[in-house]
Amino acid sequence: MSDKRAGITIAGLTKHYGPVVALDGLDLALPTGGIVGLMGDNGAGKTTLLKILAGVLADWTGTIDVLGCEIGPTTKAFTSFLPDVDYLPDRYRLHDAVALFADFFADFDAARAQALIAGFGLPAARSLKEFSLGMREKLQIALTMSRRARVYLLDEPISGVDPAARSVIMENIINNYDADALLVMSTHLIADIEPVVDHVVFLRDGRVLLQGLADDLRAASGLSIDKLFRQTYRQAGPAPVFPMMTSNDGK
Amino acid sequence: MDFDEDKPIWLQLVEEFSRRIASGSWAPGAKVGSVRELAAEFGVNPNTVQRALTHLDESGLTTTERTVGRFVTSDPSHVDAMRSQAATRFVDDLVAALRGLGLTYAEAATLLIDRWDHQQEES
Repeated sequence: MSDKRAGITIAGLTKHYGPVVALDGLDLALPTGGIVGLMGDNGAGKTTLLKILAGVLADWTGTIDVLGCEIGPTTKAFTSFLPDVDYLPDRYRLHDAVALFADFFADFDAARAQALIAGFGLPAARSLKEFSLGMREKLQIALTMSRRARVYLLDEPISGVDPAARSVIMENIINNYDADALLVMSTHLIADIEPVVDHVVFLRDGRVLLQGLADDLRAASGLSIDKLFRQTYRQAGPAPVFPMMTSNDGK
Repeated sequence: MDFDEDKPIWLQLVEEFSRRIASGSWAPGAKVGSVRELAAEFGVNPNTVQRALTHLDESGLTTTERTVGRFVTSDPSHVDAMRSQAATRFVDDLVAALRGLGLTYAEAATLLIDRWDHQQEES
C-alpha cells in the first residue's frame, strides 16, 4: 500500500459513552483509491468510528488525519456520509430529496443522482412514506453516491434490501465513486460485498483485530474473507457484554 | 463468472482473461476494456482488476500504450506459451486423478481418445 497516497490516518482514537469504551486507542491507516470493508461484531465500534470520521460525533480523543486535514468543516465538505438511520422526511417526494442535497452540498451532481435513481427504478410520483424500506435505502445510497466526494462513509448500506438488490447497489457503488476516492463501508453481510472490497478491517472491542488487502488475506489463509472473519472472531473468544452499546451503537 | 472466494480474486481474473485471450474471444491486437468496465462486468473492485491486468502486461499477454489504452498482444508466441502452460496444468491434474484411480497409461490414452471424439460429435 506504500505506493498510494495516505487517505485516513488514525492514532490512539478513544471514545467513551459514559462508562462504556466504544473505541479503545484505535490505530488505523487507510490509503485513498480503494473500497474498505469495515467489519466487526455488534458493539465493535464500526458505527462510532464512521460517525467520528463523518464529523458528527464529538468528545473523542486521539488524532485523525483525513487527506491532510483535521476533522472539521473542511473534511465534512469532501466527505459523503450514509448514516445507518433513515433521515429523510416521510412527506418528501424524490425531487424534494434531490433538491435538499443540491442545496446542501456544493459537490452534488444532479445528473448522476437522476441516473442512479432511474437505475434503481424508484417511483417519482410517490411520497417517501409510500416507499418500501428497500426503496428508501436505495434513494439514500443514490443521494450519498451522487456527491463528487473524496471520502465516502457508508454505514450498513445494504442491510435493508434483498440479495438481488444488493448486487445492483454494489454495482452502482463501484461505478459511481471516483477512482482516487476512498470509500469505507461497514457491514455484517460480508459475503455480499466480498468481491467488491479491496481492503478489509476487522474491529473488536474498539480496536483493530486484523486488517489488510482482501486478496492477500485470502492468499495467506486460504479462506474467503467471510470464513476468515468467522475463524478470527471464534479464536478471539466471546466479546464482553456491554449492555449500553445496544442503545448507542446497535441497530 | 462465479468466484471461488477462498482464493485471491485477482488470480481468478488472470485465469479468466488468459482464457479469453487463448480462445480468441479477446482477439490478437484488440483493445481490452477499461478497468472500470471490467470491474462492472465481474462485480469486483477496480483495484483488483488493475492488479490482474498489470500481471497480464508483465507476462506479455497485453501491452499498455500510454494514452491509447491496453491491447491484447499480436505476438502469437506469448499466447502459445500461455496456452501451453494452462493446458499442461490441466493435464497434470488429469494424470494425477487417473493414476489415483489405478489406470495404466494405455487405458488412459484410449479413454482420452474415446472421449475426445465423443465430445466432438456432441458439439
